[in-house]
Amino acid sequence: MSVPRFWRSLGSRYNLEGTHCTECGEYYYPPRDTCVNCRRLGKIESYKFKGTGEIITYTIIHTAAEGFEEQTPYALAIIKLDEGPSLTAQIVGNPKEVYIGMRVKPVFRKLGEDGERGMIYYGTKFVPAEA
Amino acid sequence: MVSTPNIKEKYALPEGVDLMRDVAIIGVKNTKYGELWNRSLRQLVVEAGIGAIEDAGVSGKDIDALYVGNMSGGRFIEQEHIGALIADYSGLSKNLHVPATRVEAACASGGLALRQGIMNVASGYGDIVVAAGAEKMTDICSSEASSALAAAADREWEGMAGATFPGLYAMIATLHMHKYGTTSEQLAEVAVKNHRNGAHNPIAQYKNQITVEQVLNSVMVADPLHIFDCSPITDGASALVLVPAEEAHKYTDTPIYIRATAQASDTIALHDRRDITTLDATVVAGKRAYEMAKMGPEDIDLVEVHDCFTIAELCAIEDLGFAEKGKGGIVTAEGETAIGGRIPVNTSGGLKACGHPVGATGIKQAVEIVTQLRGEAGGRQVDGAECGMTHNVGGSGATAAVHILSRDR
Repeated sequence: MSVPRFWRSLGSRYNLEGTHCTECGEYYYPPRDTCVNCRRLGKIESYKFKGTGEIITYTIIHTAAEGFEEQTPYALAIIKLDEGPSLTAQIVGNPKEVYIGMRVKPVFRKLGEDGERGMIYYGTKFVPAEA
Repeated sequence: MVSTPNIKEKYALPEGVDLMRDVAIIGVKNTKYGELWNRSLRQLVVEAGIGAIEDAGVSGKDIDALYVGNMSGGRFIEQEHIGALIADYSGLSKNLHVPATRVEAACASGGLALRQGIMNVASGYGDIVVAAGAEKMTDICSSEASSALAAAADREWEGMAGATFPGLYAMIATLHMHKYGTTSEQLAEVAVKNHRNGAHNPIAQYKNQITVEQVLNSVMVADPLHIFDCSPITDGASALVLVPAEEAHKYTDTPIYIRATAQASDTIALHDRRDITTLDATVVAGKRAYEMAKMGPEDIDLVEVHDCFTIAELCAIEDLGFAEKGKGGIVTAEGETAIGGRIPVNTSGGLKACGHPVGATGIKQAVEIVTQLRGEAGGRQVDGAECGMTHNVGGSGATAAVHILSRDR
């Protein structure tokens, strides 16, 4: 992914900044500038998520995408944040200990890299909340 | 005055919507599907296109428009402008200047190309229209191909987290198992059945039969999906010829009529869906198609569904109304979706065994239904088939196209 494409969403990637529609109350992560419910009539403002949530579903990736080869096997999950929206992220730790319903919290980690000489991407992964 | 639609109205077709004139398929052709290292994209589409117009008994100079479904020529063969390329090498450009349009909706590109062709004829704009689909996927290595396919999901918010395409469907499978008790054995039964069907399809990439044990013992790609739960990387092309229904008998004794064309969208990312185990785009496109055809699931004799992964076939038969939600695995294990069963699913071998050249798949599904309804499907023939359905999905379910085809107008 190109550097500007990654960097323009750094706030969201590093700090879980999303958006919130004050018209209908819906929260968005990843951020949206247009409310799905209110569309043009929505009033969108930025919102920093607490980051805690629950695993809805997960998988253990054995054949990785480009840039993630060295991390296999890794757990990938859909996490429902406490404010409502869901996101896709990796779960740090032993992938075999991941389960549906597990409470998680965010941590700052390296996500991947563009080859040996390419850019290194950092962002948010999750760990068990009780750990 | 326009009132706010309730959910039911929102999903329904606009009132009175129908095709302005009925449309029929009069010619079809698939190339061989597989790793065709010595064939180029243009060679494949031209073979399919010429085969389809020969089957239809029409001439190139009669063609009013060409649509080509192609997901990622840019990534797979570093070629864009696929519509123009195909028209040129089909001999439709330099002397005839036939308009050619590439249609892209990831793995649903073919289904949408078919839909565009139907709407062209239905509108009265064109009288003979070719809808084709093609993908040349094996010129790059498999990790590059996987990366190109992952672009059908949300690159910034799924791909960047390390999601692969099998990984997304694996997360659907994990939750389907958790909620409904679906098992790995039931998933494997989908692959076993589709290989059994593919063995009777001359164009299929894989004609070998497999067992549940072989699926379960194959390499794990994204838990709980093994490599034999996944459709392969494939080269291939398919094409068909569309004409107004009232003209169809001039060309063939067995025209196959388009009874419904429907399409629906959903969120690009899996994590934003209402329910991870239901493809709402499939539910809505199916509902719109049934409404347009004035039919229900009980009227369909066979269906080609989008089994990019085994779990996808279970979701599809549930979301299209062929099985109760959560019962797809049981229905499959009991043989109801086999040839000879209550509702044969993926007689072509599906994406799993016939192969999945992504842009071609939606057209190939329609070619299979036409072949079946003509009674020309040989060892995989569904006896007395009168009405069939195709179901083509883009990404993890952000686009769905559903068509209903029938021997009766």
